[in-house]
Amino acid sequence: MTNWQLIKNGIFAENTIFKLAISLCPSIAVTNSVKNGFVLGIAVLFVQTMVNVTVSAMRNIINSKIRIPVFMLVISGWVTVVDMIVAAMAPEAYKQIGLYIQIIVAFASILARAEVFASKNTFVPSMFDGIGMGIGFMVALVIISFFRELLGRGSLWGFAFVDFKPLLIMIMPAGGFFAVGILMAFFNWMELRGGKAPSHH
Amino acid sequence: MSEAAQHQLIVSVSPHIKSEETVSQIMWTVSAALLPAFLASAYFFGPRGLIVQLVTIASCLAFEAFSQKVVNKPVTLSDGSAFLTGLLLAFNLPANIPLYVPIVGSFVAISITKHLFGGLGYNIFNPALVGRAFVLISWPRQMTTWMAPVSSFTSVDVVSQATPLNVAKLDGMAKLLEQFDGSKIQLYKSLLMGQISGSLGETSALLILIGGLFLLFKKYITWHVPVPFIATVVIVALVTGNDPVFHLLAGGLMLGAFFMATDYVTGPATRRGQIVFGVMCGLLTMLIRLKGGYPEGVMFAILIMNCFAPLLDRRLRTTTFGAVKKKEAST
Repeated sequence: MTNWQLIKNGIFAENTIFKLAISLCPSIAVTNSVKNGFVLGIAVLFVQTMVNVTVSAMRNIINSKIRIPVFMLVISGWVTVVDMIVAAMAPEAYKQIGLYIQIIVAFASILARAEVFASKNTFVPSMFDGIGMGIGFMVALVIISFFRELLGRGSLWGFAFVDFKPLLIMIMPAGGFFAVGILMAFFNWMELRGGKAPSHH
Repeated sequence: MSEAAQHQLIVSVSPHIKSEETVSQIMWTVSAALLPAFLASAYFFGPRGLIVQLVTIASCLAFEAFSQKVVNKPVTLSDGSAFLTGLLLAFNLPANIPLYVPIVGSFVAISITKHLFGGLGYNIFNPALVGRAFVLISWPRQMTTWMAPVSSFTSVDVVSQATPLNVAKLDGMAKLLEQFDGSKIQLYKSLLMGQISGSLGETSALLILIGGLFLLFKKYITWHVPVPFIATVVIVALVTGNDPVFHLLAGGLMLGAFFMATDYVTGPATRRGQIVFGVMCGLLTMLIRLKGGYPEGVMFAILIMNCFAPLLDRRLRTTTFGAVKKKEAST
């Protein structure tokens, strides 16, 4: 696969949330506003890329019997970096999603890519795989939070269109499940219909 | 040709004796059992109540046709299931609800709860109740602004009034009794006849009860769900020192116990499972009524127990006749 194909693979064919259906916990917990979804998406994009790069660079010196603890150490190291950066640069958003940035450590998607891709591939493809998976995750969070914030709060990025809440359930956890499920069904339907991955939402 | 060939023995799997009853016949009969309560809601809430009923039923039928068209299934509006869902959903709405609420509720009930799970017979949750839960959470204010019954069909004055359960929860029973001149008999009578504010179909306990008894008589439902459900509510009310008659007649207990918890699709199929289902519905209802944030708990109780219906069926299955019990691990 070329580098470009690796990125596209992460966004469409193996989209973390809509296709692999992993790391669903943050996709519901933080997506009640576009801003939160976007900030967490950026954080995951960064961690995913750096973890892939680091694991790929270390792949020949990691003893395969203890590879999972080593991956976890690498992941938690980069998560700590992101945690401190977000706390310093975006303190408002950090107050709401700080907890979720810390539990990026436990995201299945990140460990999965370290195991199935970065530990078996060279430096450059691993980086592009990390970028693709990270962008795919971020795009998914932004799409989900777009609908949830628009319907649940009547606003986008904190900018209110109406002064009432059109469909309150959408910013509650139950609405998050509805949004993820319906979007997942929609993308699968688009794919079946068009015979290829949708290029836009 | 020999005699034997003419009377060929056909060996097929059970069931061998087929009933005349069809799904659509059951659906329309259940709808007919709700007719008295339907007429009463028109009488108590006037034209506004009728409009809500018609809009809900029409949008349920429209979403049924739409959902079936989308997935290229035959459109089966005449089986009455969408009509019944619409009727039950409307019974759970206040009469002065803005009309977009029943339309969204119908979409959630029919398209999401029923057809996304595979259509009639495949849904896990009662469609009308999910539709109601969805709109209750989305528009809590509109859904809890109850209209007091109008004095006559042509009356145009709309007075909003809290439901008896709401008053009892927030201000206590004493305050509620004041509304009825301090007489418990007067309160019970109003609850029984439906001279109270509330959702369209839950006001007159008596008329719902008549419909429910009709279904019991026709053997469309059995006592195994409604009786344990209602009995549990009464027993819990007695044990906790609340007024059992009030909890029996107020809110949606009769409607829920006879028409919603008895749904063939979303409830257990085994008798023992149904009894446990009913008891648990009653316990959850009283837990929510007495300790929860909402004044009425019938809807959430039934929805929660819908999740457990398959489990109840599996755990409480009776041993098949002649089956040998698996040997316990030898000691």
